[in-house]
Amino acid sequence: MNLLLDGLLVLALLWSAWRALASPDLARAVVLFIVFGLLMALAWARLNAPDIALAEAAIGAGLTGALLLDALGRLQPGTGAPAPESPAQPPANRAGRRWTGSVALVAGLLAAALAYALFQLPAPTVRLPEQVAANMAASGVDHPVTAVLLNFRGYDTLLEVAVLLIALIGLLTLGPAAGRPAAPGPANPLLKALARLLVPLMILSAGYLLWAGAHRPGGAFQAGALLAAAAVLLHLAQLLPAWASPGRLLRLGLAGGFLIFLGVAAALLAEGALLTYPPAQAGGLILLIEAGLTVSLGLILAGLFLLFAGAEERP
Amino acid sequence: MTGLEAPLALFLLVNLLAALVRAARGPTAADRMLAALLFGSTGVGMLLLLAYAGGGAPLVDAALVLALLAAIAGVAFAQRAWHRDREGGDDA
Amino acid sequence: MLEALSALLLLAGAGFYLAGTVGLLRFPDVYARLHALTKADNLGLGLTVLGLALQADSLAAALKLLLIWPLALAASATVSHAIARRAAGLGLKPWRPEEKRP
Repeated sequence: MNLLLDGLLVLALLWSAWRALASPDLARAVVLFIVFGLLMALAWARLNAPDIALAEAAIGAGLTGALLLDALGRLQPGTGAPAPESPAQPPANRAGRRWTGSVALVAGLLAAALAYALFQLPAPTVRLPEQVAANMAASGVDHPVTAVLLNFRGYDTLLEVAVLLIALIGLLTLGPAAGRPAAPGPANPLLKALARLLVPLMILSAGYLLWAGAHRPGGAFQAGALLAAAAVLLHLAQLLPAWASPGRLLRLGLAGGFLIFLGVAAALLAEGALLTYPPAQAGGLILLIEAGLTVSLGLILAGLFLLFAGAEERP
Repeated sequence: MTGLEAPLALFLLVNLLAALVRAARGPTAADRMLAALLFGSTGVGMLLLLAYAGGGAPLVDAALVLALLAAIAGVAFAQRAWHRDREGGDDA
Repeated sequence: MLEALSALLLLAGAGFYLAGTVGLLRFPDVYARLHALTKADNLGLGLTVLGLALQADSLAAALKLLLIWPLALAASATVSHAIARRAAGLGLKPWRPEEKRP
């Protein structure tokens, strides 16, 4: 029974991924990408990885879908923007085919080499799950995934947050000139009512996930994604204007989580290795970092949608 | 646990596979989007069933998040993405 | 007893999910398909949630399950309204029985 479920899931994943990539029609590709995200969340649930299932449900199925659909709307004609033609099909001449063939050959060789290298790897000498379990008492939290993310390998998470922040800075450097005018769509009173109903619950759930992260699946990334989704929903319901340019407060909010993380790391340098918490304070410090990250990640992810989204509102 | 949860989850997955046909065929962009929305509501049900089929309580949280966010993509579609009633370049 | 009721609700829920999918595949136009999606599928979800809530270990777990349903109802009602409105705005004609099916 379970084998059948997993097999079908894998087939559906492969099919939707392939169609999303191969479809010449962008609208269909975006829809299939959303479908792929939902199937991926189910796959993580089947793989006993509820942390990633949560993140995938929030980011893959919700936020990314909205971002891609918004981008799609700006690419289409009828928005007042100079309409780009539908993506040019490469002419199916012999040179083009040879080009495709050589790319496929190189990619295939690379994949084969990677697979070979993977099978040549020696058996790991350190049993990581046991190591994590043995050190849980000193981690300050009860949930192994959170312990790994923010304590044992906290520096990975620190750098990940830095990457997200840099991505947003990259967006800022593009500036409003890069944005095509968005069609805000007709005002819809029902939508405003929905936003007023859902947004408080989203913020509540974000707080719950942040708190839950200490002892069960949840944490800053999932909570931040929920906050960002709340901001996007408010914006789509025309209750929250686009961010024309980040003011001082917003800049502080965007960078704050990373700065808190960095500050804690700097303050603890005397402990020896990077981000080695004293066991007595570990729980509190992790909660502090996660709270900062929740707000900042929420703002960063929302910023990807909201920054310069209102470029057309200026004359 | 009634023992029905896992078979019903499988049944819902088969439903999803059938709905993929609508996502692939269209004909309007909205029809495809409807299939994605169906994936959302059925996905919530599947996550709940999987949670009670031994997946554990955290999957209920995942279902809750999915239910909270299911509206976002649909709203973004209706408000931002859909400008034409027929799409060009349909090769289904 | 409770278990039998739970099983019954879950089975009924799956039936409505099936009806929703069949509707999505067989109904002739966007407006009709919206009905399949928002009515049948959400009833399926509601029955599933009820059936599982009967099995919940604690009141809190049952209430969390029951919270999901109104959220999904509100969300899908609004989304389907927005999509139907957009479809009407784009000039899509609702399907009429006397026309030939495509």
